[in-house]
Amino acid sequence: MNLGKRFLHNRTAVATALFVLLIALAGVCAPVLAPNDPYATDILNKFADYSLQYPLGTDQLGRCVLSRLIYGIRPTLGLAMVTMFGTIGLGALLGITAGYFRGITEEVIMRLVDVMLSFPSQIMVFAVVALLGVSVQNVIIANVFIKWAWYARMIRTGVMQYRDCNFVRFSRCVGMPERFILFRHLLPSITSDLAVLASLDVGWAIINISTLSFLGLGVQAPTPEWGAMLNEAKEVLTSNPVQMIAPGAAIVTLVCCFNLMGDALRDVLDPKEVEG
Amino acid sequence: MLEFQNICVSFPSERQDRIFGKIRQQVLFDVSFNVRKGSCLGILGESGSGKSTLGRVLCGLLKPDRGQVLLDGKPVYGSRAGKRSLQNKLSVVFQDYTTSANPRFRVKDIIGEGLKVRERREGEKPDREKETAALLRMVGLPPEFSDRFPHELSGGQLQRMCIARAVACRPQIILFDEAVSSLDAHTQVQVMDLLRELKEKLDLTYVFITHNLTSVTYLCDDVLFLYQGKVTEHLSVENIGRTADPYAGKLLESIVMFEEAK
Repeated sequence: MNLGKRFLHNRTAVATALFVLLIALAGVCAPVLAPNDPYATDILNKFADYSLQYPLGTDQLGRCVLSRLIYGIRPTLGLAMVTMFGTIGLGALLGITAGYFRGITEEVIMRLVDVMLSFPSQIMVFAVVALLGVSVQNVIIANVFIKWAWYARMIRTGVMQYRDCNFVRFSRCVGMPERFILFRHLLPSITSDLAVLASLDVGWAIINISTLSFLGLGVQAPTPEWGAMLNEAKEVLTSNPVQMIAPGAAIVTLVCCFNLMGDALRDVLDPKEVEG
Repeated sequence: MLEFQNICVSFPSERQDRIFGKIRQQVLFDVSFNVRKGSCLGILGESGSGKSTLGRVLCGLLKPDRGQVLLDGKPVYGSRAGKRSLQNKLSVVFQDYTTSANPRFRVKDIIGEGLKVRERREGEKPDREKETAALLRMVGLPPEFSDRFPHELSGGQLQRMCIARAVACRPQIILFDEAVSSLDAHTQVQVMDLLRELKEKLDLTYVFITHNLTSVTYLCDDVLFLYQGKVTEHLSVENIGRTADPYAGKLLESIVMFEEAK
């Protein structure tokens, strides 16, 4: 069975991938889908109940929560994806370099990783953001900066596990070029690990960006972002507790979805997995 | 055609007196022998005697501390050209067939890797599909297997496929590192018969590493006893009973006793 078929046979993989695609599509088509302008304030209509005009009610400034939720997909998902590609890219590059070439290269990279891992990650994010200033792009830099070391270490372990396998030894023995060993043997062998890490990382990045926005260090005020929306809901926790349900539930669902997808992708990418 | 000259190999020891200690444990001591073209040399020894290390030196994966491997009179280690010529002439079959094949490759890709080596060397493009089918047939597997994944084959079939891959690069020497040891007795005989047949047909030279004396007497022309990293005996299989070496004698005796006990 080939990859596409295995993917289609795995219900979780298909369902979660479709869901994420749907969300992404909603984000792209936000102007069409959103019932109201996400920035338009209507102070007289604040804390409105669920209604046809405002399906999820309005917030403390009378802005449509649903519209803000839909527009919020763009920064939330987009930034998470950028962060994920950044971390995985940097981590994979350094991890593979360390695991494959060994020797002094590995020592230098791994000691650097050790140093990175010995810092508490949230404090590092705050430090980076404080140093570079509050902005979206600095949040991404900070996230990539603290997280790549985890990936480098895990990917190195994966590479080391396979580099002494007999099939790699055979390739070495008969003199296959290094790039064949790297791109045909090692990289595909670690893709299942990578896919799981990547999808888990998206979940982590969404939460982290939301946390930073929640703390006021990430996406700034009028821009609708799910974490920032939660932050605003927090201010009116006592007067309008319903307001935090929508962004909260959205974050939980999307993160869960990515985590499930990671699990399903692992099964899909493993040819030994017998379909149930 | 293949000659080992005073090979010494050592590894950094696990137990060190100091943190950055440099104590090394020697695994091979002054190993010298040669392999004639068209013959089959069996390397016998118990676990930990350095057989597999010797195998790694032989296939160019481990540079010895001292000594040199000569292939057709040219040194293998120390120059790129020497290594290249070894890679062109040598192929290998491993003991553990479960890790010998990339689980993500199909049989045709696995054998295709061997074919690719040949293409690179000879500069001609054979018909992949036809060649794969021919190779599979040669090792006694149906050509329909080419679309299967390694985990869809049995152990014996996998080992046959590994042999097909080894043969696919058209080597002159094949190294078998415990290649039949992990198969059951019946399959062992089948595979060894296959190896004999291939050797005749393709004019190959074998180096056969094993701990099983019976398979050596079945397949090999010469036998080399390795004990604690030293060659204790090197003689032809016909004269194996006349060994003067105490270790080889003991090994033979234990087999004979085992046979009698049956």
